[in-house]
Amino acid sequence: MPSLPDVATPDVVTLAERAAAAQAQDPHVADVALKTAFFDWLCRMGDNSLILGHRISEWCGHGPVLEEDIALANTALDLIGHTQMWLGLAAEVEGAGRSADDLAFLRDAMKFRNLKLVELPNGDMAVTLMREFLFDAFHFELLTALTKSSSPRVAEIAAKALKEVSYHLERSSDLVVRLGDGTEESHARMQAALNKVWGYTGEMFAEDAIDDAVAEAGIAPALSDLLPFWQRTVGEVLEEATLRQPEQRFDAHSGGKQGRHTEHLGYILAEMQFLQRAYPGASW
Amino acid sequence: MYAQMVKSEGMKSPEEMSPEERAFQERVDRGEKIEPKEWMPEGYRKTLIRQMGQHAHSEIVGQLPEGNWITRAPTLERKAILLAKVQDEAGHGLYLYSAAETLGVSRDELMEKLHSGAMKYSSIFNYPTLTWADMGAVGWLVDGAAIMNQVPLQRTSYGPYSRAMIRICKEESFHQRQGYAIMMKMAQGTPEQKEMAQDALNRFWYPSLMMFGPSDKDSVHSAQSMAWKIKMNTNDELRQKFVDETVPQAKYLGLTVPDETLKWNEERGHYDFAEPDWDEFFEVIKGNGPCNEERLGARREAWDKGAWFRDGLTAYAEKAAARRAASNVAAE
Repeated sequence: MPSLPDVATPDVVTLAERAAAAQAQDPHVADVALKTAFFDWLCRMGDNSLILGHRISEWCGHGPVLEEDIALANTALDLIGHTQMWLGLAAEVEGAGRSADDLAFLRDAMKFRNLKLVELPNGDMAVTLMREFLFDAFHFELLTALTKSSSPRVAEIAAKALKEVSYHLERSSDLVVRLGDGTEESHARMQAALNKVWGYTGEMFAEDAIDDAVAEAGIAPALSDLLPFWQRTVGEVLEEATLRQPEQRFDAHSGGKQGRHTEHLGYILAEMQFLQRAYPGASW
Repeated sequence: MYAQMVKSEGMKSPEEMSPEERAFQERVDRGEKIEPKEWMPEGYRKTLIRQMGQHAHSEIVGQLPEGNWITRAPTLERKAILLAKVQDEAGHGLYLYSAAETLGVSRDELMEKLHSGAMKYSSIFNYPTLTWADMGAVGWLVDGAAIMNQVPLQRTSYGPYSRAMIRICKEESFHQRQGYAIMMKMAQGTPEQKEMAQDALNRFWYPSLMMFGPSDKDSVHSAQSMAWKIKMNTNDELRQKFVDETVPQAKYLGLTVPDETLKWNEERGHYDFAEPDWDEFFEVIKGNGPCNEERLGARREAWDKGAWFRDGLTAYAEKAAARRAASNVAAE
């Protein structure tokens, strides 16, 4: 274009070459017997990042203080970046000619594999932060375990994502402590938020045949193994935040991973997929 | 350019200046940077606070029209780029509020003035973003116009402002590129996409020209600000430069600038172009633009609803400081 400088592309080319080389060394990517489970599991990873990233991005420009506007946008950006990697690999494993964008923008709710927790509406900053903290604490443990995955491609994505998710957890747990032990009002809001989302956290650790298949292949850890680590982190942070762990069951709501969602997801998709649906086949 | 019609203090001749003022002006004339703790005329300080504050407000209000499309971005890559861009805008706001704080005004005071309407933000952000092509037009035209003003401001006389501008300009040129990349995709896309691109140019052309502020002949504040090097070019110079650079870019896209009088003037070596509707500009500045209420309303609401959050953090910090002090006493 006239009068604007060119962008350098060698980095992108190098990355693409490295990904191609890694694929050749990753037997799981072309494992026919594992394909359905691996694809579904990768969609779970990608959809969690996509839907949580979408929710957090709704805050853009509406945060309570400028630093939070920046942090929220940054977190959403990280999560969308992870989505590109997870859904990109999912599309490769599926081998049906679909792209990460096709998966994100052209599947309907029943094909989405994210946890119900991440699709819950933002509410106030207390709900947004508590939802993120409870997910971050799980996400951190999961990605840490995934860096040792038997799939080099998965391990590589996990290592990249873990760097960012370590910051997410540091920030969200710090804010949960500060607001829990802040004013009477901030304490009450954080406790109400915790009570509201608590029943959605158990789904993170609920294992099904998909989880078993990828665990058996050494791709992912058994989710139940992560539970004690999550409980310890959550217990410590809530205690420091002077918040009470709710007595209600933590696994009251599940089904998202199998495509049975809350009513909220349909509205997220209606908004997110609008352009791709309204102008099929257009390039953006 | 995100500062419009910034009121400057009256201009003095060298004979009217005090010895301090004269020494100050000589430093500015020599191209020296003025730093926060150094003596400066009260008018210089006040004008800078107005200008930098308005610029900072524009950055944070400017998150809204683009934030409007983040959840509807058409691909993951476009979504990521737009998020990064809007995050940059918030970051620019932060640099500029921090730079303004070195002049003795707090960020909260400036926010208060934004929310009460005592301080303005750029008129451009009171226009709606109606289609995805607007993300292209905003990056290409709005950031493009901003760059015209901000590049020279890297050489402004006030040190912290100059340094903030150097960082901001690096990011803004990336923003303009991403906007133009969106426009290229749309202009070369389906007939519907091309229609959206043309419509976006039609709607954003004149509001972009307004960003430079009224014509110099009607601009009463320019001379003093230029002497102080906090305004580096006249409004008309920058507007002309913007038109001269943008028209070939529009041609390259195959889009038509919505100005029938637009014509290359061989003699001047510039394009002749139609002035925007200045009555509309003054209405927007007064608060009667298409989105003034929504934009300022959204910022006020974010601030009001965030009060408990900010209070909570402050209360915790105070408690933590008290606990530290108590444990220090116990240790002694």
